[in-house]
Amino acid sequence: MELTRLPFLKSALKNRYPQLAVFIVMLVGYIFAILAGLIGTPVGSHNFSIVFVWIAWWAILILVAVPFFGRGWCAVCPIPLPGEWLQRGAVLSPPDKRPKWLNLRVPKMFRNIWLQNIFFLMLALFSSVLLTTPNVTGIVLAAMLFAAIGLSIIFERRAFCRYLCPVGGFIGLYSQTAPIELRIKDKQVCVTCEGKPCYNGSQVGYGCSWDVFPGGMTKNTYCGLCMECIRTCPHDNIAVNLRPFSADVAKPTARLDEAFKAFIMFGAAMIYAGVLLGPWGTLKDAAYNVGTGAWFIYAAVFLAIIFIVLPGLFTLAIMTTKSKQALKQRFMSLSTALIPLGLMFWVAFSLSFVLTNASYILAALSDPLGLGWNLFGTANAAWRPMLTTILAPAQTLALVVGLFWSARTAQKVNEAGTSTIPVFVYCFVATSIMLWLLL
Amino acid sequence: MKRPELISRILIVTGILLAIGAPLLLWARTPLIHARMAENGGWNPDVIQAEAGKSLHLKLTSDDVVHGFAVGQMDMQSVDVIPGKVTDITLTFDKPGIYTFFCTRWCGLNHWRMRGTIEVSGSPLDPEPASVPLYVSLDLDIDAPHDSSIIPNQKPSAVSGQQLATQLPITSYQSPDYYRSHSPYQVFTDLSDTSLTESQKWDAVAYLWQSNTTPESLANGKELYAQNCAACHSENGAGDGVFADDLAEAGEASMQTMEGAMDMVMQSPVDFTDPRRMLGASPALLQGKILRGGMGTGMPMWGVIFTEEQIWDLIAYIYSFQFEYEK
Repeated sequence: MELTRLPFLKSALKNRYPQLAVFIVMLVGYIFAILAGLIGTPVGSHNFSIVFVWIAWWAILILVAVPFFGRGWCAVCPIPLPGEWLQRGAVLSPPDKRPKWLNLRVPKMFRNIWLQNIFFLMLALFSSVLLTTPNVTGIVLAAMLFAAIGLSIIFERRAFCRYLCPVGGFIGLYSQTAPIELRIKDKQVCVTCEGKPCYNGSQVGYGCSWDVFPGGMTKNTYCGLCMECIRTCPHDNIAVNLRPFSADVAKPTARLDEAFKAFIMFGAAMIYAGVLLGPWGTLKDAAYNVGTGAWFIYAAVFLAIIFIVLPGLFTLAIMTTKSKQALKQRFMSLSTALIPLGLMFWVAFSLSFVLTNASYILAALSDPLGLGWNLFGTANAAWRPMLTTILAPAQTLALVVGLFWSARTAQKVNEAGTSTIPVFVYCFVATSIMLWLLL
Repeated sequence: MKRPELISRILIVTGILLAIGAPLLLWARTPLIHARMAENGGWNPDVIQAEAGKSLHLKLTSDDVVHGFAVGQMDMQSVDVIPGKVTDITLTFDKPGIYTFFCTRWCGLNHWRMRGTIEVSGSPLDPEPASVPLYVSLDLDIDAPHDSSIIPNQKPSAVSGQQLATQLPITSYQSPDYYRSHSPYQVFTDLSDTSLTESQKWDAVAYLWQSNTTPESLANGKELYAQNCAACHSENGAGDGVFADDLAEAGEASMQTMEGAMDMVMQSPVDFTDPRRMLGASPALLQGKILRGGMGTGMPMWGVIFTEEQIWDLIAYIYSFQFEYEK
């Protein structure tokens, strides 16, 4: 169903002002979160940066934005904006023909998501500190903002979003399951279109910030939903469609960086469930005390699980069935089956800590810096876990749905005539472990 | 530059300036006193200026665990300082001087080091001469051994001692001056001329100690003890409080990390149930130990925290670990 046929939606997307208004609000909120982290109370549960980034934003991202809107967050993310405005030398004005800065192309060796994988893992290894310490969160948020600015000055388009952002990497992976997509309406129109303004820009808008040619796009993975192509397409050939869930994952992954992204996210959800929600104090201490011997062991185990144990067992599992395809090819395409289950792992894990800690939002809203304010009269709202009675059933449901969704995906991406039972068994064992960790 | 572009830029710059400027300004205008466990810095700032006769409004917050705030030698209820929350308190000092504020919650191993000072300026209207503590005027060496060479077989009973009192010229022993300057053992030996048995003499001593205090003083002493001493000396006085093992485990190094700390020698908290040690100590000697602290051990100085009356109440209570008082 083409959503852009709705006149209101179409005009809202074509017009720059609604998006700009959201951008300004988001940017102000982002800068405030940085400042709150740096000057606000060091008590995470009462600091805007921790509560609004790691509880409120994370809840919206993983429970709503990614499953239902794919890269919807990227469409309003404030991180690339200052860099992009600097790069363009304008906020709204038509682009200059002559670049204002270096405008280099990102070297070919970096045009993949390995850097995103590495950046995500770096943050993941420090996550116990990052998620609880406001000034660390403030520094990381600021570093991301400045990294985006720096990369915009050196490289063309949104190099940070496309190749470095640790969040963008997994949003792209899971956006394949979302029921929203931006696609061209008629391929032939794109083939004959002169100048390809959707990619190169024109007097009415900028070329694709995400370095994607819409005419060749078959998956959501790298489309940041910036909506520039809707504005620049002279043939009205771009549409935002409502589609069935998981439409993209029927097309198997053919890249090793994307396959490993699936394992990284899959494994990280399980490890987080054990470290952050589990009852093992020694494990929590090891994860928290960054730089100690225990932490190095934790980091080594973390990386070994993600890069050796999970992919290794997966490889062994798929080797049990005969196939004409090369093993590497099968590994990459069947890893697609882990995408829906991985997303559901994150949903189940996030439900737990989001519902437990959501009540902090009210207090932090009234006193975001911990200075004793009571802006909305909710500063003294007591901490109270929410919806505890439905938590376990909801998590179980998410995991079961994820398991069957993955099994179905495995059938779709599997080579004809070979069994998907090993993949199902692998997913079933992982789901059972996750269920045990969560419940 | 076209108008929409200009307006957009103005809006963006205004938003950014607002997002940075407003919280910075409000933050700078809200001076907070931060409480952290002593190991992480204690109070910040730890020196506060005030003026005698004028209200001092403080905003306290904790950066880690629950702390408490009270000012020594001041009639006030301590307040809790909650992590991430702000506690407001208003104080008024009648007289200039240097006051000590301290944490009243057992927040960590070095809880007792969590102190700061309030420097109250102003001209003293009615200067009071400083009184010399009894242990100083008696010239006691409070670090000298003071063990009792004889100890009772069982806990002496003040009730039994009271019944014996009628047979004795006990009034001379009952004056506060005598009581405060003599150890139970010294009184025991002073009673050697009497016909009492050893056990009866100890009972009489117990009675003398009880008659020099009141139930109110004992109750007050008990409360002070529970709040300030039990963490190390234990609620039952046996010297094995919840921090005792942790302090021993942490060792001397834990006590030398504090800024400005002198070299420390770890010592186990004193066992107030040990009769040999306690019956050989006079109230004046205990006053000295409490006022001055353990000098190089983990025992803090309490002279800046407790009033003289509070110290005598505390001492009276500490002796209750040796004597069976009337309920």
